[in-house]
Amino acid sequence: MKVGLFIPCYMDQFYPQAAIATYKLLVKLGCNVAYPEGQTCCGQPLANAGNEVASRGSYLHFVTMFEKYDYIVAPSGSCVYHVRHHFDTLEQTEAVKKVRAKTLDLTEFLLDVLQISSLPAKYPHKVGLHQSCHGLRGLHLGTSSELVNKPVASKLHELLSMVEGLTLVELDRKDECCGFGGTFSVKEPAISVKMGKDRIRDHFSKGAEVITAGDMSCLMHLEGIISRQNIPIKVIHIAEILNAYEI
Amino acid sequence: MMPHAQKAAIFNKDEARTDWHDASLWMVRNKRDFAVSEIPEWEFLREFASDIKMHTLSKLDDYLESFEKAAIQNGAIVHWAADAKEHNDIVLSILNKHQAKKMVKSKSMLTEECHLNEFLEQHNIEVIDSDLGERIIQMLNEPPSHIVMPAIHLKKEEIGELFHRELHTEKGATDPQYLTEAARHHLREKFHTAQVALTGVNFGIAETGEIVVCTNEGNADMGVHLTPVQIHSMGIEKLIPRRSDLAVFTRLLARSATGQPVTVFTSHHKNPKPAGEMHIILVDNGRTEQLGKPDFRSSLKCIRCGACMNTCPIYRRSGGHSYETTIPGPIGSILTPGIDLKKHGQLPFASTLCGSCTDVCPVKIDIHTQLYKWRQIVSEAGLPEGGNKTMMSIMGSSLASPSFFHRLGNIGRKLLRLFPGKERFLSFTVWTKDRDLPKAPVESFREWYAKQTKDGQ
Repeated sequence: MKVGLFIPCYMDQFYPQAAIATYKLLVKLGCNVAYPEGQTCCGQPLANAGNEVASRGSYLHFVTMFEKYDYIVAPSGSCVYHVRHHFDTLEQTEAVKKVRAKTLDLTEFLLDVLQISSLPAKYPHKVGLHQSCHGLRGLHLGTSSELVNKPVASKLHELLSMVEGLTLVELDRKDECCGFGGTFSVKEPAISVKMGKDRIRDHFSKGAEVITAGDMSCLMHLEGIISRQNIPIKVIHIAEILNAYEI
Repeated sequence: MMPHAQKAAIFNKDEARTDWHDASLWMVRNKRDFAVSEIPEWEFLREFASDIKMHTLSKLDDYLESFEKAAIQNGAIVHWAADAKEHNDIVLSILNKHQAKKMVKSKSMLTEECHLNEFLEQHNIEVIDSDLGERIIQMLNEPPSHIVMPAIHLKKEEIGELFHRELHTEKGATDPQYLTEAARHHLREKFHTAQVALTGVNFGIAETGEIVVCTNEGNADMGVHLTPVQIHSMGIEKLIPRRSDLAVFTRLLARSATGQPVTVFTSHHKNPKPAGEMHIILVDNGRTEQLGKPDFRSSLKCIRCGACMNTCPIYRRSGGHSYETTIPGPIGSILTPGIDLKKHGQLPFASTLCGSCTDVCPVKIDIHTQLYKWRQIVSEAGLPEGGNKTMMSIMGSSLASPSFFHRLGNIGRKLLRLFPGKERFLSFTVWTKDRDLPKAPVESFREWYAKQTKDGQ
C-alpha cells in the first residue's frame, strides 16, 4: 500500500514538527509513505474567498501529484474536506474520482484503514481537544453537538484515549468554532479574535496545559492570540501527541 | 451601508456586553439541545420535514392554486402580491375600505421585510406591534435583531428605562413580570380600539386553505378575535400540502426556536368571523426568483425558527443589527444576496463556514454550502468582497506551479526569521493587530524530508 503524504502549505513552512510527526507516525505503523515534492496547495484559500475558478489549476495539479497513490493522507480535516467535497467542480475523470475518494484525514486513515486499536504513545498532560469544524461537521470525524445521533466518540477522542498518561479536560462548549475560517480571520478580525479568545478561555479555565486539534490552522490562530496575551497554554497538533512516545 | 466587519468591530468594543449577548443566545441553543435530545427520532423528523418542503416547492404553483381555491371556499379573500409594494398597497386598500386608522399586528417578519409600518404611518395609519419584543423595538424605533426574539439585544434595565419613559412605570424597575404587566395593560387598550388585525403565517395548508400561526403570547389570536377584519400576510413558501403534515413541523419549530416542546398557541384560522372579513395576502417578493436558482432553492424550506442565529458564533458576537437585513444571521446571508447582490453580497463572507447552522437546521438547509456558493457568485460579479480578480488569478497560477510556490513559501518564512521584531514590523497587517505570527522554523518540512531521503531513508 503506497501512501502519498499531503502537507498543507502553511504547515510545511511554519509547523514542520507537526508534519514530521505525521510522517514518522505513519512510518512507525508500517506504511510505505512518500511525500511528492511537487505538491502545492489544495486550493481552499482561494476557493473559500470566492475564487473557485482561479483555484482550478491547483486542483488539477493536486490530482496529477497524487493519483498514483493508494491513499492520500493529510494531517488536516480542512484540506481533506476541500478535496473530497469541492473538487466536484472538476470533470469527474477516473483520476479525479479516485483522488477524491482516497484522500483521508490522518485520524480517519489510522482508524478506518489501518484499523489500529492501540498506539505506542505516551503524553502525560492535561489536554483540551479542539474539534476543528471541517473535520467534525464536514468529514463527520465525530458527531457534532447539534445532531441527535447515538453519541459516538469522535475519531480524535478515540485516538487520544490510546495515549498513555493523557487526560482530556471537559469543555463548556465542546465544538464551537475557533474563529479562524481562512480569509475570515482577516476580513472579520474583531470577531475572529474574540472567538479565539473565548475558545482559549474555555480550555484554560478547565486546566488544560495544551490545546490539540486535527487542524493546525485553528491552532495557528489560537497560538497567535495565546502568544500575544502571554497565556500559559500551548498548542500542539494531534499527530505530535500520537507520535509522542518514541520506542 | 457599513460593512458587517465594521459593525461587528463596534459591537465588540464593549466586550462584557458581547459576552452577555453571546451567553444569552448560547443559553437558548442549550435549551434547544436539551429539548431535541428528548426526541429519539429527531434526525428522522428533520429529514421528513425537508422532504415535505422540497416536494411542496417542486409543485409550488399547483399547491398555491389548491390553497387559493380552498381558502375562497372557506370565505376568505385571497390576494396575490408580486413584491413588497403590492403587498403594502393591498393592506392599505383593505384599511381604506373599512376606513380604519388603527391596526394591531403580530408575528410577522414578512411585514418587516416589506417595511409595512413605515408605509402605513406615511398614510396616517397607526400600527401597533402587539408582541412584547416587537412592541419594545417599535417604541425604540429599531428593527428586530432576531426573528424569534426581536429584542434579544436589549437588557432588562434598558427596557425598564424605556417603559418608564413611555408607559410611566416606576423608575429603575427591572422586574420582568412587573414590566410585562405594564405592557399588557398598555396593549389591552390598543386591542380594544383597533379596527383591523394583521398576523404573519407560519404554515399555510394547501388542502384546507387554512393558515396556522404559532405564538407564545396569544396576541395574534387576541387581535383577530377582537377586530372585525383580519389580514394574514404569507410568503408563498410557507405552504405545506396537508393538515396531517403539520405535526412534523410543529414538533420541530418550537424545539428548534426556544427549546419548548411546542408553542403555547398553535392557532388555525380558516373562516372569517360572522360579519367579518378574512384576507390572505400571498407574497412573492423575490421568492420565485430564489426558487429558480437550483443551488439556493432549498433555502426556501426555512420555517423561521432562528436556530441558526442562536448557534452562529458570529451572530452571537455581532448582534442581529450588524447584518442590516430583515432576516439576519446565516439564513439571512443566503436569502438576501438573491434580492440585492450588491448590497448583501458581503454577508456570505461573515462566516467561518463552520457548518453549525447546517447541523442545527430543523429542515436541513445546507446553509454553509450555500454561503460558499454565494461567495463564488459575488466574486464572479466582480464585487469587492470577492477580492481582486487579476490578483486571484495570479495567486491561482502560483498555486499550480510548484517551483514558484516553493520559492514564495521559503522567502516568506526566511523574512520572518530575519526580523525578530516582526510583530511590530508587520503591525499594519490585520492579522497581527491582536495576534502574533507563528515562529518561523529553521527549515521547512520539505527541506527536512529532502535530507531524509538523501540519507537513504
